[in-house]
Amino acid sequence: MAADGGMGHATKRREDVRFLMGLGKYCDDHTPAKTSYCAFARSNVANGKINSIDTVAAAGMPGVLAVFTGEDFAEVGGNPAGWLINSRDGEPMKEPKRPVLAYGKVRHVGDAYAAVIAETLEQAMDAVEAIEADIDELDAVVKMADALANDKTLVHDEIGTNQCFDWGWIEDNRAATDAAIKAAPHVTTLELVNNRLVPNAMEPRCSIGEYEPGTGDYKLTTTSQNPHLTRLLISAFVLGIPENKLTVHSPDVGGGFGSKIYHYGEEALVLAAAKKLNRPVKWTSTRTEAFLSDAHGRDHVTKIELACEKDGTFIAFRTETMANVGAYLSNFSTVTPTFLHGTLMAGNYTVPNVYVNVKAVFTNTAPVDAYRGAGRPEASFSLERVIDKAARELGINPIELRRKNFIKPDQYPFASAAGLEYDSGNYDALMDALEKRANLDGFEARCAESKKNGKLRGLGINSYVEACGIAPSNLVGILGARVGLYDAATVRVNATGNISVMVGAHSHGQGHETAFPQIVADMLGIDPLSIDIVHGDTSKIPFGMGTYGSRSLAVCGSAVFRATEKIIKKATLIAAHMLEDEPENVDFTDGDFAVKGTNKKVSFGEVALKAYIPHDFPIEFIEPGLEETAFYDPANFTYPSGAYGCEVEVDPETGKVDICAMVAIDDFGNVVNPMIVTGQVQGGLAQGIGQALLEHGIYDENGQLLSGSFMDYAMPRADDLPNFVVDHSNATPCTHNPIGAKGCGEAGAIGSPPTVVNAVIDALQRGGYDVEHIDMPVSPARVWAAMNA
Amino acid sequence: MYNFEFTKPTTVEDAAKAMSAEGAQALGGGQTLLPTMKQRLAMPEILVSLTDVEGMVGVSKAGTTLTIGGGTTHAQVATDAAASYPGLSALADGIGDPAVRNRGTIGGSLANNDPAACYPAAALASGATITTNKRDILADNYFQGMFETALDETEIVTAVSFPIPEKSNYQKFVQPASRFALVGVFVAKTADGVRVAVTGASNGGVYRWTEAETALNGDFSARAIEDMSGDATDMITDLHGSAEYRAHLVGVLTRRAVVASS
Repeated sequence: MAADGGMGHATKRREDVRFLMGLGKYCDDHTPAKTSYCAFARSNVANGKINSIDTVAAAGMPGVLAVFTGEDFAEVGGNPAGWLINSRDGEPMKEPKRPVLAYGKVRHVGDAYAAVIAETLEQAMDAVEAIEADIDELDAVVKMADALANDKTLVHDEIGTNQCFDWGWIEDNRAATDAAIKAAPHVTTLELVNNRLVPNAMEPRCSIGEYEPGTGDYKLTTTSQNPHLTRLLISAFVLGIPENKLTVHSPDVGGGFGSKIYHYGEEALVLAAAKKLNRPVKWTSTRTEAFLSDAHGRDHVTKIELACEKDGTFIAFRTETMANVGAYLSNFSTVTPTFLHGTLMAGNYTVPNVYVNVKAVFTNTAPVDAYRGAGRPEASFSLERVIDKAARELGINPIELRRKNFIKPDQYPFASAAGLEYDSGNYDALMDALEKRANLDGFEARCAESKKNGKLRGLGINSYVEACGIAPSNLVGILGARVGLYDAATVRVNATGNISVMVGAHSHGQGHETAFPQIVADMLGIDPLSIDIVHGDTSKIPFGMGTYGSRSLAVCGSAVFRATEKIIKKATLIAAHMLEDEPENVDFTDGDFAVKGTNKKVSFGEVALKAYIPHDFPIEFIEPGLEETAFYDPANFTYPSGAYGCEVEVDPETGKVDICAMVAIDDFGNVVNPMIVTGQVQGGLAQGIGQALLEHGIYDENGQLLSGSFMDYAMPRADDLPNFVVDHSNATPCTHNPIGAKGCGEAGAIGSPPTVVNAVIDALQRGGYDVEHIDMPVSPARVWAAMNA
Repeated sequence: MYNFEFTKPTTVEDAAKAMSAEGAQALGGGQTLLPTMKQRLAMPEILVSLTDVEGMVGVSKAGTTLTIGGGTTHAQVATDAAASYPGLSALADGIGDPAVRNRGTIGGSLANNDPAACYPAAALASGATITTNKRDILADNYFQGMFETALDETEIVTAVSFPIPEKSNYQKFVQPASRFALVGVFVAKTADGVRVAVTGASNGGVYRWTEAETALNGDFSARAIEDMSGDATDMITDLHGSAEYRAHLVGVLTRRAVVASS
């Protein structure tokens, strides 16, 4: 094993050196020779009929090279949904075309209907203002309940409804769940909203199209979490450019959180424009455009019921959810509220009956898709809020109620009532650790101290399990996925012994450039700094599915592991040849190949050199070179879990909530780099607390985004957050991948929102206020209103 | 941002002359104007920077009056007024973030008169005098509604004179996103009586809460205004809080300001 920098070592992130020194090279830092600039005309109404778009004046403006409208793309394909969901009656979901530019109708504020390419960005922006669009504003549907009740005002006229699908999970369990709830001695019901979030990655989207007329090759440099998927969508569905003629390069990217998984129309536009003009075309999103046109997250309205025995034994969970998909189906918008949400509705519990109904609804708002956690935060929020309410109603301590229903360590593998098979976990151990690290014994004393200061103190508890490491292709295929969800890695050992590892996962803040070499270094017994990761460029890397769903380490890391195993196998053959012995007599330890029971050995470096100078190879048995590729398809999801605790103080005069303590106890299985994992949890907690207390993408009744800038959309700042306690030492390894890793990227954002809200409600209840629920964000105004209702 | 001309005069006279041109706009620290221009929501033809105008920067005390040059940054006020007028210094130290405080100016803030800005509350509660290149204007006559002031188009705030109160304090309850005042209350106790100014709450911009002033003139204690709250009738309702919530906060913050005043 590498003494420093192998598996489990808290190696500092090597990529941070360039990021912190301003040496990162992001999309907008790429400006090919003769670059022209693109600006979009976007709708300022939420629903409108396009009568005409007059571009003559714009086309005549100084520096303008071309003007495009939806008509120019009327014949090319739509940007598809990546997952087919069938309704309860077996009907496939409604799937209206999502065009490159709006054509005939605009469907949300920010919907792009024209684009100008000019010599400079200012000229392009000036020309956009000169486009004369005759658009009749129509009534908009904004609230989901209104959209479902309304068959006159439609987002997409051609489908005759605003309902995309009406999905049941598991439909065959519906009757049994209904019957169990009907017969149950106690039923707790809660209606709640999972608030819409705007992702707000630090770097806005940016896309540059290039075309080589001599070869017919296209290149798209773009802010993407999955360049191969973007290439596939553009090639197979939208523009029809052959995959072998299109390179997609996603360089350094400043955060994604889901919003950069998807293919967007702007990417297709800059490619088409680059070919037409025979010049590079660059578009960089403004922050305003990001608010209006990036895929948003969450936005569920849910009613959940928990049926239980008087002693608190869970009998059933039944959930009815409306999920907003916005004006168009973004690529993962249909799987996020269904399979990434409904399958988690058994939580950490041995509950026998679960049924989930989800209606997906079109509205005249920005598309909604996966955002850090993607369906699982919605599941955890519903479950853990209703459990807290049930605990109060039954007079049972919320920790004890959870423990009573936990799956126990000897029950794995455990088939949950929501259709998943959890491979490992130990939820009681996590709760034990939480009680200790959160110093719950001292809570009552802290309560008294807060009271002395005129504050109401509360304690919130949450336990979560999520499904990540997305995902087994055979399973997701049965469930409607239109892609596989493996990943790939190529390990190329160079003649001088250093190594390039080409991976399908994309790093946009995750630290892959540090963590992945730790795996290879550990296996080969060499210095991790002699290993580099290559990612983000489809012309260099094997076909991978990118980064989201906490999958990079569990899936792509496993591909790296498998490819490195192949390297060791091949290198052993070469070493045996060099040592003049049989491969089965050669052991590989600490970077050396040695003949068992002798002192005959060759180093890994000597073998690498030999692989490329095969003067005496038995070429019928051993090929020259030392390079191996592995495609890894997981056998199951991975199941990280956690126990979270939060203490808040509420100011009863103003309703302001201060978080005093936040403790995250997680089980991520085996951890490659604990420092990076801790950072991932901290970031997730910040986003989860942002959702719980601050963030809200809110539209008015006309479909105008009221929180369309940082003046009104509250991002969490450092001083909104406490010092976190993060502990991932209670690990039960994943049983089905070679690293034993589960995935940590989304956990903090999944576990924290219900923890915070539970704490606020506990504080109010302890203070004598009969408040059962406050919708997120739990702003001072909302707390005060609830206290004074 | 649209293209514009830029001029940087060194005297008040030259600045006023430059501002008389068609489409001219004064530029102080630019903390409001520049973001607005970047979003193409403002399109001045000529920006008249006041940064180099002589004699407009500094904090000086004469007797019981503190005079602050119109071009003085919030950061400098926070430092230089700390000993003489701690209530005002603390207010300046709580505006925006360090970047804002080191660029934004008191003159710019008062000329813009954002309904949620902090300085208008201090000026009104202190009974300050706003001095321009043309005249002196009492704060009571200066603020005329949201983004409205007594200034004419070529008038420049050259200085602001604050009578230093016996006791004062500013309480700001921040709007969570912008961190402007959702409601801010400045309480000043002077030999002539108590003045209470409220920012952030009203559709009419900063205003004096005279009912509280009357009560506090009788008894300068939180108890004197214990059950009082602002009048919600013309208060702002938005996604961050209702009129009723703001009216409630006016009472809470005034009590806190009285208790904290020094």
